[in-house]
Amino acid sequence: MNYSDYIALIPLLPLAGFVLLGLFGKKYFRRSSGYIGVLILVMSTALAFYTAYQYFFVSGKVHDTYQTIIPLKYTWLQFSSGTSINMGILVDAISVMMLVIVTFVSLMVHIFSLGYMKGEERFSTYYSFLSLFTFSMLGLVMASNIFQIYFFWELVGISSYLLIGFYYDRPSAVAASKKAFIVTRFADLGFLIGILILAYEGGTLDFNTLIERLTNTQSSQYINITTASFLGISVMTWALTLVFIGGAGKSAMFPLHIWLPDAMEGPTPVSALIHAATMVVAGVYLVARLFPVYSINEAALHIVTWLGAISALLAALIACTQTDIKRVLAYSTISQIGYMMFALGAAKYGGEAGTGFTASMFHLFTHAFFKSLLFLGAGAIIHAVHSNEMKDMGSLRKFMPVTHITFLIACLAISGVPPFAGFFSKEEVLLAAFNSNKFIYSIALFTSGLTVFYMFRLYFSVFWNKQREKHEPPHGISFTMKLPLIILGAGTMFIGFIPFGKYVSSDGKLLESAFHLNFSIAPVCFALAGIAIAMWMYKTESNRPHRVAAAFGGLYQAAHKKFYMDEIYLFVTKKIIFNLVGRPAAWIDRNIVDGTMNGMAYSTAKISGWIKGIQSGKVQAYAMYFFIGIIVLVIIVLYLWK
Amino acid sequence: MNLNLVLLIPLLTAAAVLFCKGLKQVRIVSFTGAVIQLILSFVLLYGYWQERSSGNNDAFLFEYNYVWYAPLHINYHIGVDGISVAMILLTAFIVLTGVLVSWKMPAHTTEGEKQSKEFFFLLLFLGVGAYGFFISLDLFTLFFFLELAVIPKYLLIGIWGSGKKEYSAMKLALMLMGGSALVFVGLAGLFFNTHTGDGSHTFDILQIAQMHIPVAVQKLFFPFVFIGFGIFGALFPFHTWVPDGHSSAPTAASMFLAGISMKLGGYGCLRVATYLMPDAAQQYSWIIIVLSCIAILYGAFATMMQTDLKYINAYSSVSHCGFVLLGIGMLTKTAITGAVMQMVSHGLMTALFFACIGMIYDRTHTRQMARLGGLLKVMPFISTVFVIVALCSLGLPGLSGFVAEVTIFMGSWEHSGAFYKITTIIACASIVVTAVYILRAVGKAIMGPLASKEFSLLHDADWNEKLAAGLLTIGIIAIGIAPFWLDRLVGPGADAIMKNITNVVIAK
Repeated sequence: MNYSDYIALIPLLPLAGFVLLGLFGKKYFRRSSGYIGVLILVMSTALAFYTAYQYFFVSGKVHDTYQTIIPLKYTWLQFSSGTSINMGILVDAISVMMLVIVTFVSLMVHIFSLGYMKGEERFSTYYSFLSLFTFSMLGLVMASNIFQIYFFWELVGISSYLLIGFYYDRPSAVAASKKAFIVTRFADLGFLIGILILAYEGGTLDFNTLIERLTNTQSSQYINITTASFLGISVMTWALTLVFIGGAGKSAMFPLHIWLPDAMEGPTPVSALIHAATMVVAGVYLVARLFPVYSINEAALHIVTWLGAISALLAALIACTQTDIKRVLAYSTISQIGYMMFALGAAKYGGEAGTGFTASMFHLFTHAFFKSLLFLGAGAIIHAVHSNEMKDMGSLRKFMPVTHITFLIACLAISGVPPFAGFFSKEEVLLAAFNSNKFIYSIALFTSGLTVFYMFRLYFSVFWNKQREKHEPPHGISFTMKLPLIILGAGTMFIGFIPFGKYVSSDGKLLESAFHLNFSIAPVCFALAGIAIAMWMYKTESNRPHRVAAAFGGLYQAAHKKFYMDEIYLFVTKKIIFNLVGRPAAWIDRNIVDGTMNGMAYSTAKISGWIKGIQSGKVQAYAMYFFIGIIVLVIIVLYLWK
Repeated sequence: MNLNLVLLIPLLTAAAVLFCKGLKQVRIVSFTGAVIQLILSFVLLYGYWQERSSGNNDAFLFEYNYVWYAPLHINYHIGVDGISVAMILLTAFIVLTGVLVSWKMPAHTTEGEKQSKEFFFLLLFLGVGAYGFFISLDLFTLFFFLELAVIPKYLLIGIWGSGKKEYSAMKLALMLMGGSALVFVGLAGLFFNTHTGDGSHTFDILQIAQMHIPVAVQKLFFPFVFIGFGIFGALFPFHTWVPDGHSSAPTAASMFLAGISMKLGGYGCLRVATYLMPDAAQQYSWIIIVLSCIAILYGAFATMMQTDLKYINAYSSVSHCGFVLLGIGMLTKTAITGAVMQMVSHGLMTALFFACIGMIYDRTHTRQMARLGGLLKVMPFISTVFVIVALCSLGLPGLSGFVAEVTIFMGSWEHSGAFYKITTIIACASIVVTAVYILRAVGKAIMGPLASKEFSLLHDADWNEKLAAGLLTIGIIAIGIAPFWLDRLVGPGADAIMKNITNVVIAK
């Protein structure tokens, strides 16, 4: 089969699911919505895996290079300047990889939700939203046109908004959904302007042509965009930076990360799908998609690297101090996406220097597995104890063996303990950082130590420590919830052995991973030390955590308060935008602009009233005006006569 | 097809209403008439495609010319291009849905039943004015229909409105009349500066477009025409009738006002001001751009502070209509196409928004956001439609607003100067502010806990409301998913306008 025969079905099946469940779910499929959703996703996933098989093992490679194929393309909107928004499907190594991740994780979440959302009043609505998200995300990763990516970019944003606010009668959920959308919208403004610049300078919106023109140093487009400058910075750098701002918003990079921890208000399976495995890595994917262009622009690449590294470090620091299990995981996600970002930033196009690119994609791949596993595990825990707070949990290993084992596997994976998935990808990320910038490397190494600490802090507090008596004993979880945990757990144990460089590399050619055993000594030692410290502090109940926190003093406080980012944002939006811009605008409109209009009407009425007085209808008055007029006229005439 | 039908059938419908007795008869007649109008507009669309695909490249199709008043060279000259067809489609949608949401008359009017005849007559008559306006190719006829569409608004608000309705009705009528007066001065100025072969003057748009009106004359009269029509289209700072007028109007009248009446302005700016006076359009373009940018962003910020749902939508209309004028001011084919798309999109969207607000108001008897909340629980249908239209307003892809805005942005960015780039960025920035106020409204009114216990007894939409909302939603989605048909419809019309403008540039 050709790609064009079936590939469009991968996103269209979930779209059909959305329409079907959205329109008729409530009436006809109250119970069966979940099964319909799962069935559709099974079909999509099967097709995605088939595509991956076809691409990687059968037909994707020509002359030892993985090709970019566009099996479908339709003109959606044609502009007079010759550019057009096309809706198409682009098949290359990273899009196929994302296809697999999105469909697979989405399927796991669909299955998990069968148990997790059971008895929920808006069960079919939930599944229709999940389908909408899956459709949008698939459209995003397969986009062949930069405006198409923006199109689906906004759609995943709105699906995320709808799912975060799924429990719409909770004010906190409503606020969180609003915040998530508005913060990412703000970032998307940058993205949009970046697209406009690229479209204007590149003369096209199609990725292939755009990349071809902007990387060819002889082309007129390249010369124009690099020589033109605005405020002393080349237009190329502007465009790429603005596009990256969009990516940073979606991927929750500092300082645009503030929406992600709040987004945990949504149902936990949603967090696993959208806010851990798929949507939040869209920013990384965007940079990877345009990587050939980024790789020749030092300045933009630096921004990517540094923002990634800073986010990785700060988020890890905050994660060490949070007490809400989902928030810890949310900050951990920010931190791990930071890894992917700086790995990309540390890469160059082609050959050995492209290790960072492969590492970033590899980490994205493994992270999708172990992070969604962690979130689903957290979901199972929350489902069992009815609380998000770590202080309400403890000794859960006795009640939830499956969750316990799979959670432990995921913790070991994210910590980079061999031979779990995270070890291989993280090693490669560190290697890429080491080869490009030693300072970034040291940040990354330190952060990996922090990562291990906060993950095992979580693990020991939840599964060991003291059992909490306050609540009824936690109940077990259903089979539909266990199954995804087991599948993802197995995946997390084995996917690290995939020789990733063989399939995904910056230039599509084979990348021999330069893997040195000596190199991994330091990270593994950091990992073991982190586990030991966490064990010492949290395995049994003690006052050690308080003593350690006190020892860190100000740093602990600052991290605990999330470096006051929320307060800063609140100040800017509430105090400055609302009070200093919005309020005056509304006031001016009512009092000055409208006041002028009313004033004109009022004075017109006054004048007309005055004129009206002249036309009184009284004959005597007319007669008097007449005589006065005659006298005035006579005087004028006599005066002029002389 | 005979284009006169587009005028005749609405006129007959309106007249037929006068002979009805009681609300039941009135609404059956109005509904039937409105359905026929909608079908007719689709027939027109089909006929238009047929003509175009059979290779007819005339600027205007289905022309009909009849001398109305020979001494002043006033002709009843009608014809349509793609832009007019799009506007006629929009009008037909609004008329039908407006009739549907008024099925039981505005809820708060006490003597509702008694005056139903007058209410529906005025509503339909407003439609007649709009249809006539959009098909006119003679400036005087065009002006005649513009005036026809003003008077019913005054009565609709003044009699069936709510709140400070007399004030609002008077304000609206005065400002729109002022606009008409300016337009008339401009049209008269144009008329006396036209010279036909036999030494007389003409009102004919097609003929004037072929002439070259002296630049000095254009520069003198362009502001009259543009500001005059601009008042209809909420040009800053003449937009202040919009919030009060819309808020006091009964639901259907709000829909007509925002959906059709404001579009008369945009269409006039395009068809008369820009098309007939291209030199002046070029010269004044920067002023138009600046004013519309102010309207876009300042309107959005002002919306952010509103507490009444109708005021929110009215102010957001100022912001959204700013995009129409921005597109016109930018003077590129893409931007003008985008402006027309925005007119259609905004017409459908804002009518649907007002319809939803009306439905909510009919049930809860309040439009204050502070007193609303959690409506999704008690009226899922209305709330879902409300959310869809809200998302359309904030420019969600897949719905019409996105298509129009993106087209305008792309069209504006085609200019190379820094001025154009900066103004485009300012306009783009509104997408963030829009998201703020839209999500605030949705979060407060639709989501959240139920605001009052009494709300739990409320019922969801009736069949007529569902039909109205469904029709408009389909319109929004049809444009949002498949914008190419609208682009192909509007494109040639925008091209013709652009040809006049580029001729000017070449002549220089």
